[in-house]
Amino acid sequence: MKARIEITLKTGVLDPQGEAIRRALDGLGFEGVGGVRQGKLIEVELSETDPAAARQAAEQMCEKLLANTVIERYSVEIV
Amino acid sequence: MKAAVVIFPGSNCDRDMAVAFEQALGAAPAWVWHKETALPEGIDVVGLPGGFSFGDYLRCGAIAARSPIMRAVADHAGRGGMVLAVCNGWQVAIEAGLLPGALMRNTSLKFTCREVTLRTETTDSPFLSGLSIGDRLRMPVAHHDGAFIADDATLAQLNGEGRVAFRYVAGNHQAAERANPNGSVEDIAGALSANRRVLGMMPHPERAADPALGAAEGGRLFSALTQTLAA
Repeated sequence: MKARIEITLKTGVLDPQGEAIRRALDGLGFEGVGGVRQGKLIEVELSETDPAAARQAAEQMCEKLLANTVIERYSVEIV
Repeated sequence: MKAAVVIFPGSNCDRDMAVAFEQALGAAPAWVWHKETALPEGIDVVGLPGGFSFGDYLRCGAIAARSPIMRAVADHAGRGGMVLAVCNGWQVAIEAGLLPGALMRNTSLKFTCREVTLRTETTDSPFLSGLSIGDRLRMPVAHHDGAFIADDATLAQLNGEGRVAFRYVAGNHQAAERANPNGSVEDIAGALSANRRVLGMMPHPERAADPALGAAEGGRLFSALTQTLAA
């Protein structure tokens, strides 16, 4: 069982890297690009077989280490 | 007064910080490896040095903040022990929950290595007691992730309790827009814990603690500790 964890900056937190990407896309001629936000994807392999328990474990990992909840939000998908 | 400097894999300002402590206190600090679970007996002040602990993986300071020694450092701070957290050390201290806010990628997106000018905003801390409010100190910054941010409630608390230690200001002949090297909110360059005994800052006082290095003003933070001892 695997947890796919998506971590992004909270709404309202300035993302200068996303803004640099937006400008680069603009420079390449891509039209109609609004805001760009950059985040990270973390995949954690788990020996747990119960999806609910796996989700709970992954959420605890986010709270304790994987995300900085002052500035980031996370979402967990069990696959 | 006894000092200790914590070393993480990737710390690179640990020796500079140790020299600054030794010059001020007259005795070399203890070195403490991150895997240690306790500080040496009788430590009064802990230095968390700059560098790139754990390669800045995940988030700057995130892995170091969960290393075994940081529980002991948190206990030390909880007992009222002093902590000086510089650059990556501030990132570690924030990730460990010793100080509020967050430090994000510089708004320029560039690693910025240059001298800045700081304005002293409070002297109510063992590290700042040798300064006067308004004193300007020159010292270097060298970081990629030093943009301090905090939510409105935290900012109001830091301002209301006088816990902003330093702000970036324009130096002599420097344009105002060049003062803030990283985009920190309200030009905040350093902040104190609620009990004022944990100081986090991005600029490097230990790199400006000897006239041979071009500026010695950073040494005043270390020498203030000897006054604390005498008091």
